[in-house]
Amino acid sequence: MNIAELQAYGYFALVVFLVIALYSYIYHLYSTDKKVGGHDYEKFSNMALHDDLGDAPVSPISDDKEK
Amino acid sequence: MENRPLEYDYTVAKMFMFTTVALGIVGMLIGVILAFQLAFPELNLVLGEGLAEYTNYSRLRPLHTDAVIFGFTLSGIWATWYYVGQRVLKVSMAESKFLMFIGKLHFALYLVGVVAVVASLFLGITTSKEYAEFEWPIDIAIVVVWVLFGVSIFGLIGIRREKSLYISVWYYIASFLGIAMLYLFNNMEIPTMLGANAAGESGFGNWWHSVSMYAGTNDALVEWWYGHNAVAFGFTVPIVAMIYYFLPKESGQAIYSYKLSLLSFWGLMFVYLWAGGHHLLYSTVPDWMQTMGSVFSVILILPSWGSAINMLLTMKGEWQQVAASPLIKFMVLGSTFYMFSTLEGPIQAIKSVNAIAHFTDWIVGHVHDGTLGWVGFMIMAALYHMAPRVFKREIYSKSLMVTQFWIQTLGVVLYFTSMWIAGITQGMMWRAHDEFGNLAYSFIDTVTVLHPYYTIRGVGGLLYLVGFLMFAYNIYKTMSARPVEESELQNASPMGA
Ligand code: HEM
Ligand code: HEM
Repeated sequence: MNIAELQAYGYFALVVFLVIALYSYIYHLYSTDKKVGGHDYEKFSNMALHDDLGDAPVSPISDDKEK
Repeated sequence: MENRPLEYDYTVAKMFMFTTVALGIVGMLIGVILAFQLAFPELNLVLGEGLAEYTNYSRLRPLHTDAVIFGFTLSGIWATWYYVGQRVLKVSMAESKFLMFIGKLHFALYLVGVVAVVASLFLGITTSKEYAEFEWPIDIAIVVVWVLFGVSIFGLIGIRREKSLYISVWYYIASFLGIAMLYLFNNMEIPTMLGANAAGESGFGNWWHSVSMYAGTNDALVEWWYGHNAVAFGFTVPIVAMIYYFLPKESGQAIYSYKLSLLSFWGLMFVYLWAGGHHLLYSTVPDWMQTMGSVFSVILILPSWGSAINMLLTMKGEWQQVAASPLIKFMVLGSTFYMFSTLEGPIQAIKSVNAIAHFTDWIVGHVHDGTLGWVGFMIMAALYHMAPRVFKREIYSKSLMVTQFWIQTLGVVLYFTSMWIAGITQGMMWRAHDEFGNLAYSFIDTVTVLHPYYTIRGVGGLLYLVGFLMFAYNIYKTMSARPVEESELQNASPMGA
């Protein structure tokens, strides 16, 4: 196998890897979205919409500390 | 001591807003001068033969690119970071004396850097690498400034109240990391005074002079890996950070799909780094790298349009706001121009198209529909949104803003259309030949043909500059406009007639 062929295989493998990674990420996003106790990703938009110092954080950092 | 409620502290944001406007004016003014010099070469000597060294095109060109990139754009990125960062992390800079100090130091050192860059480029001190013209002492100063930016990002994240990081913060972090990596690798250089020749002599050249650690094709490869990703992490990623915050905030609409914003983030990160090869098509770099650059450039449409469409769909059902608010107009047209240049770029990256486009004005057209239409519009929109909130006053004049919008839109359209025609004409004329393979035209033939288009570009650029001066005036007058209540600042920005 010469270098060009090797590059071609490597390239193909990279593309396959990226495609798999991408689709698994989509799957991950949508499945955690539905799960009870998972994230509701769309709620994160509120971090921009309700961003006054007095507004309640979407997921307060103090949640962690209480545990 | 009185017990005042805690507020966001915009001191540092205001400082960077000032440099955004000031360096924007300087950079664009030089751009307009360059454009007219190309059309009317006598302008190289405007101040007479004696000063020609300082007024000629080649001396001024790097001042334009560096003033708009490292002056205007970078200041805009920092102005918005010191504003958005606090808000989405729900923590005020007033809460940390340390971060406040870092922020001010960041600004002060940046100013020193700006002065050093302007002075050295005017004097003709340059490494001659495009977008990396600074000599080693300045490079070191820039690294320090960059580290301070990092301390400020991660420091603020460290004391945040909001656990999750809003999507814009991801983009700001990516800009920070991306540029840090690129800048360090591309600017690896050795001061010539440290060198020695075979005869044992040493201490060559001026103390500030250096040579790149890379040579030949390697130097070109590293340079365009840097150059292309400077576009990625300077003109795309942080600007996307801005629109993901300012468009939802100004319109009161949640991002159309937050999940899509995450997906396009990773898409952009993976794909951008491989596309730099498209600047070196048909050069001496290995063929497979060129092909890889082309292919990844075409794939790059997907994550780019993912963000842009997400923004446009955020306005779904609310299109009357585009008609009503000039601020939203700027952002919606900005994302449209983003879609436009990220479609144009991949087309130019196809090898057979690049054979015509490379070295021509079409590339310059592509550069400016991206920078003027997307980067410029978005930074101005961000500052317009911030001004009433940092000054607690309404925007001085809405009608001035509307007029500015249309003048600048016309300017951008004149700029890129003239450059398309000029570029493709140039590309076709250079390669035209007769049946025996003799070139049909000499270089000067193209120059003659292109003259009207260069003039049109100059006029377009001048219109954009006029609009920018209107923007500067509007922001300046906002500082003394009618004061507003906190309640007026929730979403749509208050504007005077
Ligand atoms: C999908 C996205 C994009 C792709 C695939 C792309 C592709 C290209 C290509 C093929 C070139 C010409 C290289 C040559 O022949 O010399 C180029 C040049 C350039 N592009 Fe893009 N582009 C994209 C987006 C953008 C955006 C959004 C901006 C700015 C806001 C931008 C700024 C530039 C600049 C500054 C240059 C000129 C570099 C130089 O020669 O000095 N590009 N791009
Ligand atoms: C008033 C508006 C502007 C005018 C009239 C203008 C004009 C010009 C001119 C005449 C050139 C040289 C083109 C050549 O060598 O053939 C240039 C290059 C460039 N300008 Fe501008 N410019 C303007 C605004 C901007 C802004 C706001 C940005 C970025 C935020 C920008 C980024 C660049 C870059 C990256 C290049 C180098 C392009 C390349 O090497 O292909 N310009 N500009």
